[in-house]
Amino acid sequence: MSDIIRAEHLSYSYPGEEEGQSVQALRDVSFSVKEGEFVAVLGHNGCGKSTLAKILCMILLPGEGKLYIDGKDMTGEDVTEEDIYEGRRKVGMVFQNPDNQLVATIVEEDVAFGPENLGLPPEKIRRRVDWALETVGMTKYARHATHRLSGGQKQRIAIAGAIAMDRKCIIFDESTAMLDPHGRKEVMDTISRLNREEGITVIHITHYMNEATMADRVLVMQDGGILMEGTPEKVFSQPEKLWKAGLDVPQTTELLWYVQQAGYDVALDIFDPAACACEIAKVLKGTPHGRDNA
Amino acid sequence: MRADIAFGQYYEGDSFLHRLDPRWKILFAILYIVVIFLAKNVFSFVLLILSAIFLILLSKIRLRIIFRGLRPLIFIIVFTAIINIFWLKGKTVLVDWWIIHIYLEGLVNALLIVIRVVILVAGTSILLTYTTTPIALTDGLERLLSPLAKIRLPVHEFSMMMTIALRFIPTLVEETEKIMNAQKARGADFSTGSLVRRAKALIPILIPLFISAFRRAEELATAMECRCYTGGRGRTRMNVLHSTWRDLVMLLLLCALGAAVVLINIYAPGYTLAM
Repeated sequence: MSDIIRAEHLSYSYPGEEEGQSVQALRDVSFSVKEGEFVAVLGHNGCGKSTLAKILCMILLPGEGKLYIDGKDMTGEDVTEEDIYEGRRKVGMVFQNPDNQLVATIVEEDVAFGPENLGLPPEKIRRRVDWALETVGMTKYARHATHRLSGGQKQRIAIAGAIAMDRKCIIFDESTAMLDPHGRKEVMDTISRLNREEGITVIHITHYMNEATMADRVLVMQDGGILMEGTPEKVFSQPEKLWKAGLDVPQTTELLWYVQQAGYDVALDIFDPAACACEIAKVLKGTPHGRDNA
Repeated sequence: MRADIAFGQYYEGDSFLHRLDPRWKILFAILYIVVIFLAKNVFSFVLLILSAIFLILLSKIRLRIIFRGLRPLIFIIVFTAIINIFWLKGKTVLVDWWIIHIYLEGLVNALLIVIRVVILVAGTSILLTYTTTPIALTDGLERLLSPLAKIRLPVHEFSMMMTIALRFIPTLVEETEKIMNAQKARGADFSTGSLVRRAKALIPILIPLFISAFRRAEELATAMECRCYTGGRGRTRMNVLHSTWRDLVMLLLLCALGAAVVLINIYAPGYTLAM
């Protein structure tokens, strides 16, 4: 499969208040995302995750480096405004605060906002809105007022608004951070269904490690650069490195790590609590230290 | 309380009036106002009252709600009535005592003016605000005014502003409550003291509210850009407004009412409004 996003040596600095005071948010970031992939991005506050997200959906233009969206070069001298809109059409974003991204008072009108901006004919907009609402499971709320929905429902409407534009890739910028556990589950179920069933590429920026374990690949960022990259199994098998970067690991991994430190031979890349319990039970039964059959 | 603010005076329903095209409704309201001001004769006022009753029946809105909407007008009604009763001179003297002179004509005139004000407010709010959601009104207004976009009036921008304002009213109300509670928890007092003191107590609410509103605005702008918003150009709409037979019926009824009022003014005898 081809790369939907390819970044080569991206850098970005926010201009400071005075000359020479600019803040470098990204330095020399290179990575690529394949079509249909589910990538999680981790990193503590201020590490450049959100800047990266804004560059990927063409809200910010990179200072240095190359960015290819769906094979098309989005950097360089000859990039026109049309190209930027084209990029935004392909890569969408769902933000953290559900209240600050809904435009209309009625659910279906909000979902229609994007397709309306594309200038599609009304029947086509209607079809896309109906499809998007069905995909996120909000069809029966189509005529409801947006401000009466729960946080999780609002985020699902925001997701519907993003996919109604027929996007290939959607970036979730801490979209679960402001939700309660129930809402978070709602949104994560929707995200993984989009990825599996609709083949939409997902880039999920999060602070929740158990959400990152659902991804195909994890990017860990620190100080504007990429610190680690790989499958969740590979990345979370190095908890010390993550802790040093100010991050957490999934609770199962943390538990297994302490078990390992206590001298037992357990694998760290188990994220399911039940599987984790089995792993611990296994080593306790056949323990080399023989502590259990006292 | 929140919901009331968010939807203004809109009264949920599915009546004949609710189903009219908002573009037409705005025109109907203007037409109705013109007809109301055309009426000068006692008989045409009877006709107006009948038309208002007809509108209320059509809208299926309870009388109680309509009267509630008229309550803020009581001062204006009483004021204009008093002015008319005491200052208008006529032929038939009713009371003549010290400096007070009340004439029959003044009394009738006051009554007619009060009827006019009541019907004006009740009629237009039944036609517009009670039976049309604010968002449909904005939409209708945008489309009615769309020809003005050709002479570079920012019609789309105006309606987008209205839409977003309506969308954020409940959010900001909620936020205000939150901030007030937070300040109360720290011992702030909003309900006692002089007016100046109470106004000053509101400053610690307004400042955080403004800051957060600006932050929200910026985030919303980014989110809108992400959704390919580039202004009104080249934008289409999902819901296209359609005129139906209902709009035609309503138009004919209003025209008939207007014609009747004009004819009565010209031919019927009786008392005529002085102002």
